[in-house]
Amino acid sequence: MKIGVLSIQGAVSEHLSHIARCDVEAVPVKTKETLCEVSGLVIPGGESTTIGKLIEISGLAAPIRERAHSGTLALFGTCAGLVLLAQEVLDGTKNQPKLELMNTRVKRNAFGRQRESFETKLEVKGFTSPLVGVFIRAPIIVEAGEDVEELARLPEGIVAARQGNLLAVSFHPELTDDRRMHQLFVEMCKVI
Amino acid sequence: MKEQGTFRVKKGMAQMQKGGVIMDVTTVEQAQIAEKAGAVAVMALERVPADIRAAGGVARMADPVMIKKIMDTVTIPVMAKVRIGHFTEAQILEEIGVDYIDESEVLTPADEQYHINKHEFKVPFVCGARDLGEALRRISEGAAMIRTKGEPGTGNVVEAVRHMRKVMDQIRQVVGKAEDELVVMAKELGVSLEWLQEVKKAGRLPVVNFAAGGIASPADAALMMQLGSDGIFVGSGIFKAANPQKVAEAIVKATMNYDDPKVLAEVSRGLGEAMPGLEMSTLTQADRMQERGA
Repeated sequence: MKIGVLSIQGAVSEHLSHIARCDVEAVPVKTKETLCEVSGLVIPGGESTTIGKLIEISGLAAPIRERAHSGTLALFGTCAGLVLLAQEVLDGTKNQPKLELMNTRVKRNAFGRQRESFETKLEVKGFTSPLVGVFIRAPIIVEAGEDVEELARLPEGIVAARQGNLLAVSFHPELTDDRRMHQLFVEMCKVI
Repeated sequence: MKEQGTFRVKKGMAQMQKGGVIMDVTTVEQAQIAEKAGAVAVMALERVPADIRAAGGVARMADPVMIKKIMDTVTIPVMAKVRIGHFTEAQILEEIGVDYIDESEVLTPADEQYHINKHEFKVPFVCGARDLGEALRRISEGAAMIRTKGEPGTGNVVEAVRHMRKVMDQIRQVVGKAEDELVVMAKELGVSLEWLQEVKKAGRLPVVNFAAGGIASPADAALMMQLGSDGIFVGSGIFKAANPQKVAEAIVKATMNYDDPKVLAEVSRGLGEAMPGLEMSTLTQADRMQERGA
């Protein structure tokens, strides 16, 4: 089984090394051809407007949507990835590009600017001990549909959630040595 | 409990910019063009380096009103520059909430001996470096991101190439050295042994390393990426070109597809007049901004 990391912009190498350490082949995905080879795709943190624009231009957005809908591709969005997966984005730029796959309403930069960025211990559903979440100009899920399972929350809103073959987190699990979020995604990819 | 401004949070912010282009802008309209073109951040300043060079005199931090206007206009991160060693300008920028501070040789240095103690700030800093020693000294002062100095405002990539090659070459040397040899190298470079050990272990700088200073075309950006840059700063190259929107988009695409000559050929077509460049030999020693703050 291969798991891809969308290799347009952002924390690509960090995700690749986390996936590889979960004993799965990790491949950078930049083209439709490589997208065909993977069971799962990580959409990394970066700038959601930049990544969103470039996946449309490079023709990756359509096949990602198609395969996610047909249930043949699992997706894991972190930070900007969580924004791109959302059905609706509040106060984004006009025509904020997105994949519109997850039944969520998302707020960008929900905790403030970089100055307010932080790390904190986080209880995640199904994990036996808390993990450290690194939040960088992070978004949150302000509203989620009934089919969305909440996995972690801060007072400001939902920061980790799952909906079928889709997993989304506000924080950056690729910036710590804790690989439990990636392991969870690998398990999701195995049953795809 | 939320812990703000940790080194991981500051350094992580730069990691999110990797593979992207950060563009110098001087007006709200330019910031909008940059965001629309796919920039990962904008650098708000009063004048682009080419105009700072032409104007002469003392170049200072930009007016907070102008920076704030740009922050209110775009949703991507906004950076701004302070003079080397001018920690009060940095306090002001942190107060107004810019996302990243560039302690920059493009502005007139305020301190000829000391850089800002960047550990004291919650906002991350980027600093310029011409070699591994400079880079690690800035990191030990708290810089969470490094960029080449290049020679700003010239539209000539030769100095950025020199600085990137130098850092990469020195990293390869560090990787190949034995522990006792590292001690001597640490002394030669004026850096701590611990940082060199970290470079040896990771085979790269401990923070993100961008290219800056003289990048004026998509091919320049791709060249710097192939030489090992994590991303690109473009200063005068965009808004001194005849067709800024087109050049901005082309540089974004070239940075993403830096290893694909087919895409590079396509985006390099019909960009119109590039910014007029400067040959290095026409610069006097005093004109060379890269010599500031070693």
